[in-house]
Amino acid sequence: MRIALFITCFNDTLYPGTGRAVLTVLERLGHTVEFPRDQTCCGQLHFNTGYRPEAIPLVARFARAFADYDAVVTPSASCAGMVRDHHPLLAREYGNPGLQRQVEDLVPRVHEFTELLTDVLGVTDVGARFPHRVAYHPTCHSLRGLRLGDRPSRLLREVEDLDLVDLPAADSCCGFGGTFAVKNADTSAAMLADKGDAVLDSGAEVLCAADNSCLMHIGGGLSRRRAAVRTMHLAEILAATEGAAP
Amino acid sequence: MSDHRDRGVVWLGAPSFPDAARGALKDTQLRANLRRATATIRDKRLAVASELDDWEQLRDAGAAIKRRTSRHLDRYLVQLEASVTAAGGIVHWAADAAEANRIVTELVLATGEREVVKVKSMATQEIGLNEHLAEAGITAYETDLAELIVQLGDDRPSHILVPAIHRNRTEIRDLFAAEMRHWGRPAPEGLTDEPADLAEAARRHLRSRFLTAKVTVSGANFAVADTGTVVVVESEGNGRMCLTLPETLITVMGLEKVVPTWSDLEVFLQLLPRSSTGERMNPYTSTWTGTTDGDGPRTFHLVLLDNGRTDTLADPVGRQALACIRCSACLNVCPVFERTGGHAYGSVYPGPIGAVLTPQLVGVENAASLPFASTLCGACYDACPVKIDIPEVLVHLRAEVVESGTGGAEAPAMRAAAAVLDSPRLLGAAQKAAALGGRALARHGRIGRLPGPLRGWSDTRDTPVPPAESFRTWWRKNREGER
Ligand code: SF4
Repeated sequence: MRIALFITCFNDTLYPGTGRAVLTVLERLGHTVEFPRDQTCCGQLHFNTGYRPEAIPLVARFARAFADYDAVVTPSASCAGMVRDHHPLLAREYGNPGLQRQVEDLVPRVHEFTELLTDVLGVTDVGARFPHRVAYHPTCHSLRGLRLGDRPSRLLREVEDLDLVDLPAADSCCGFGGTFAVKNADTSAAMLADKGDAVLDSGAEVLCAADNSCLMHIGGGLSRRRAAVRTMHLAEILAATEGAAP
Repeated sequence: MSDHRDRGVVWLGAPSFPDAARGALKDTQLRANLRRATATIRDKRLAVASELDDWEQLRDAGAAIKRRTSRHLDRYLVQLEASVTAAGGIVHWAADAAEANRIVTELVLATGEREVVKVKSMATQEIGLNEHLAEAGITAYETDLAELIVQLGDDRPSHILVPAIHRNRTEIRDLFAAEMRHWGRPAPEGLTDEPADLAEAARRHLRSRFLTAKVTVSGANFAVADTGTVVVVESEGNGRMCLTLPETLITVMGLEKVVPTWSDLEVFLQLLPRSSTGERMNPYTSTWTGTTDGDGPRTFHLVLLDNGRTDTLADPVGRQALACIRCSACLNVCPVFERTGGHAYGSVYPGPIGAVLTPQLVGVENAASLPFASTLCGACYDACPVKIDIPEVLVHLRAEVVESGTGGAEAPAMRAAAAVLDSPRLLGAAQKAAALGGRALARHGRIGRLPGPLRGWSDTRDTPVPPAESFRTWWRKNREGER
């Protein structure tokens, strides 16, 4: 199976470690993965902020870059959701029939990271060891967008020596929302404060999620509060083999 | 089509959502009141919805009925007019707020009365009826408990179902003690803030009204096209008093409230109480069909209000907002509403549904900040009993705001970003620049406060420093052997 990495512009620029972690996990499971260099961005920022025509070249670029692969995997629930729910819509609204066909053909092969592992590759034990207390934050796009359900916690529970703790009010939004955090900074900050309290109440050393954007927001708030909790992408925990026998 | 600005709906001089929210966010009492109230209703709703095995099918049915009705709205409205008329009622059509206010005012003046009791009506709040009646020398008395609280406080409603949700018991007690005397029967001496005492004070105050009022102005939850029956659903019984005691009943209802038949109504009578108050059934459901000799009001007027609704209907994505049955479930699950309260939305329709309905009723250019007053977290869509895809409509309206050119100064930046993101080479260059710039700003591996438009963000959050090497650079060096 030819698997392509879609690393997303955000992860590529700010969190390259997440991309390397995805690579580590998939290679450990015996897969070869490729990184098509023509890829850039799924267009989510533009679509969600109301700049729909501006997103079209990005939709077309995405469809071209990944056309030849059996599976495309991305460590971002919100970008996977953008491709799955909105690329077909944008292609219908603004694209030509060729682009529509390309998009509709590609979309079923695009998977968020935990979906690829559990649904496509059929694994939950990825051979990780991470001896820490971890809380999982279901980001809105993984919870209500992609409906990842218990896939992430199934994966986390198989990690050796990982102590998975409950996050209070886990399903409430952290207040990021892309440009919302800038346009409605005060409301966003109020939501962030509550999420930060919940993280501290959970007693976790590490907070993980399937979206680095929300983690940047929550982690930025925790850092400003000088809290000791670390944020890590789920993939980085699944890639970890801390203290495991080689 | 009338001028959008004539449509009422948005309070004059309403500031943009972020500005209005700022004040509310500082009010810790307000936030505590809201959090307690929304959490209680939220839990009750989940409990009673999960009792029904066919809850999801009911939601589908509700959504389907609303879709079908809106596709043939003209036909059902004409049918409603015919059946109301046949049952002895009189139907009036109002294109906008001004016309509706004129019709109602003339109807009241024609009775020779100068006082009306009011019940259950967001539509009349939407058009600012009370203020118009006052100009004509007519006093309107609100009779829903929460509306009464809002009226006594010279306040604005902040929630669809619980308009005074932003007030706690002590505030209400103080308000009753100070204000009731100016509106009729005063509050009893030594009133406590026990809910039972407050309810009793309101009951006595209102009873004197009910027994003397000759004219009622009401809203409607539904109207059944094939029989001409109008339906009001409520918890307190005050509505039933208003709807049965007076001689003249004037109902103002939005066009979208029509349902084809009683069997369609049945679906909503299950969905509405469960979604709104978290009850299996609401305590009072009043239905009336025209007039009946010797029973109830002698004269019945139905005012059908457009006020931007047919324009909304013309938009294939946006029209789903008209399916709303005003249950308020989306408000109670919305994390933004929970923090800011309803007043920040600047309209009688607050919360997620307000953010999609208000801009459509008044034109996006007159409420340009509302479609952005959401994180698109999707909780409203999951809660909505008629499956209105509120996030979809929000994003759709954002595109309209951008097209209308009222979106502010971000357009050039967004267009430049699109150009960078459409080129791996430009993206790579931008990543290098970000890494350099980020390191220049950073202290201890974090970026603190930033100037300009990012100030709001950086007031409460540190920003990570972009790493020296992007993923694409790392891949090229380590997997493709390039330097
Ligand atoms: S949009 Fe849906 S959830 Fe919100 S008030 Fe209307 S019917 Fe209820």
